[in-house]
Amino acid sequence: MKTSKKSIIYRELDGNLAFWTVIGVLGAVIAVGLGAAYYMEHHGHHVTGMSNQIVWGMPHIFAILLIVAASGALNVASVGTVFNKTLYKPMGRFSALMAATLLIGGLSILVLDLGRPDRLIVAMTSYNFKSIFAWNIILYNGFLALIIVYLWFMMERKMNAYYPYAGFAAFIWRLVLTTGTGSIFGFLVSRAAYDTAILAPLFISLSLSLGTAVFLMTLMAVSKISNRELGDAVVRRLSRLLGVFVALTFYFVVVYHLSNAYLAKETAFETFILFTGNPYPMLLWFGFGIVGTLLPLLLIYLPKFDRTPEFSLLSAFLVMLGAFCLLYVIIIGGQAFPLEIFPGKEVLESSFGDANKIHLYAPTIWEILLGFAGIGIALIAAFLASWVLPFFPETLADTAVDPHLKITT
Amino acid sequence: MTNQLNRRQFLTLSSSLMLLTIPVAANPPRPLDQPVTSQKRWGLLIDTSKCSTGCDACVNACHIDNGVTGHNRPATDAQWIRKVTVKDKQTQKVTSLPLMCQHCENPPCVDVCPTTASFKRADGIVLVDKHLCIGCRYCMMACPYKARSFIHEKVENQKPHVPRGMGTVEACNLCVKRVDEGKLPSCVEACKNAGHNAILFGDLRDANSEISQRLQKVSSAALRADMGLNPGVRYENL
Repeated sequence: MKTSKKSIIYRELDGNLAFWTVIGVLGAVIAVGLGAAYYMEHHGHHVTGMSNQIVWGMPHIFAILLIVAASGALNVASVGTVFNKTLYKPMGRFSALMAATLLIGGLSILVLDLGRPDRLIVAMTSYNFKSIFAWNIILYNGFLALIIVYLWFMMERKMNAYYPYAGFAAFIWRLVLTTGTGSIFGFLVSRAAYDTAILAPLFISLSLSLGTAVFLMTLMAVSKISNRELGDAVVRRLSRLLGVFVALTFYFVVVYHLSNAYLAKETAFETFILFTGNPYPMLLWFGFGIVGTLLPLLLIYLPKFDRTPEFSLLSAFLVMLGAFCLLYVIIIGGQAFPLEIFPGKEVLESSFGDANKIHLYAPTIWEILLGFAGIGIALIAAFLASWVLPFFPETLADTAVDPHLKITT
Repeated sequence: MTNQLNRRQFLTLSSSLMLLTIPVAANPPRPLDQPVTSQKRWGLLIDTSKCSTGCDACVNACHIDNGVTGHNRPATDAQWIRKVTVKDKQTQKVTSLPLMCQHCENPPCVDVCPTTASFKRADGIVLVDKHLCIGCRYCMMACPYKARSFIHEKVENQKPHVPRGMGTVEACNLCVKRVDEGKLPSCVEACKNAGHNAILFGDLRDANSEISQRLQKVSSAALRADMGLNPGVRYENL
């Protein structure tokens, strides 16, 4: 362990052509997304696909994807600091940085989608402590503050001795934070899809898989752009970790639907979400089940694929797609299933869509562009920070990361 | 001169007339220098057997009095009150009823609102403070009755007593200004004027109020009573 600590040198990213090209592309994505947000705010939300039936739409999927990924991106730092795994330690700084920037990206979307984003200060000054949403504001800000302290302790030699404490605190905080994110839905008593405590651990498991996937993809991209070595065994180890998390997420999703299907009052919803309410069954079975779970697991664990970094990258990308599909089903599908206002009765007529069998939602380009802007903000912040400060190791070659690493190729 | 009233007849008649005014006097205007207290809890009792299918007098009155106008876009236009026709799956009985904010005692919209924009007045009326609403729509996710609307586009011709604004959430406010002035909510008055008299408004805390008296006599239902929200709106013959 001593050897590896000494051998790790962190250096700022070079401002080469590839780097600035990426920054330029991300900047353009952000500019377009901000333009879309301005358009939505100026004309009102009727230019989006959101309505009084589907209240939260595409911006919320992107935002929650990023917020969930943020807490998960800290996994690598946590495994290194809290669980003392040598291989993960050199990536700790970048992992913590990604956690912070992904959160900022996600929150940017949420804020820009507000009906009155100009009143953001109200959310800081007028608090309802019974609201899980208000709790989340505290959790997000606290997380960012802890990450800054954690990074400072990791990067400042004088404070090095204390970074395990900061890392442990950040690890606990991230679990609480994702519990809070899941509970935004879990605490909604009125809707069949929500109102269940299992959404909190489901979101934690999703953060573990999605966060690791996003971190792995970004790690590989930055290594490529900055021409820094990234060992195959390092990628493989991260990939294996991802596999465990993917299986865990699948487990929670299965338990969520099984327990719902068992309850008579929820069978109508389960029939809808699993079979009849297309596109949601399609997104759940094919998008999350096959593309986001089965294929990545095969790519990660089949000996034919598991030694190729490109397949690790592909599996991480598929996990992200699957997470997107799952969040689409949870967030949109949960609202598309009409509220049961009159149990035991069928609604024949209503001017407000109560008689709908399914509430329709078709996102418009503006919401999607805003979502991509959030991803852009998260990535550009991580890239620029790594250009200014030494977050990224000079090399992540297998031997440099851990001289005792067993490389089975 | 047998047609002339004697003193006894005059007193009997005048006291009978005074008795007739009692239901109105049960809702005296609130002096504006006095705070709203929890000694009252305003509520509605809707007799669905008197509610006529196809009649939307309550909806029209509400939307006219509160300046709730649309853009002919049903998915995004605001609706403070709506008419719903339901059929019992077992008995096939068809019922028509108005649905609006149920002014719950434990309103989920108030619980979830991050900024305290959604709040419950001491007298049970659930309101949105238009200056604190940031337009996050979490209250709309939480409301079991889908009673709230988000203002999706610019609002014109607002009523001075009902401030509205794009990017915020709103709902039935039980015509709070009219109630404070001692008047009936618009929907109640319109239903009465239409000859149906299906909606009864009054103080649920006053055991002698007409609404409390009626609630004691008839069986009524709260929508989604299983949630324990104790709505201030009750339905009879549902």
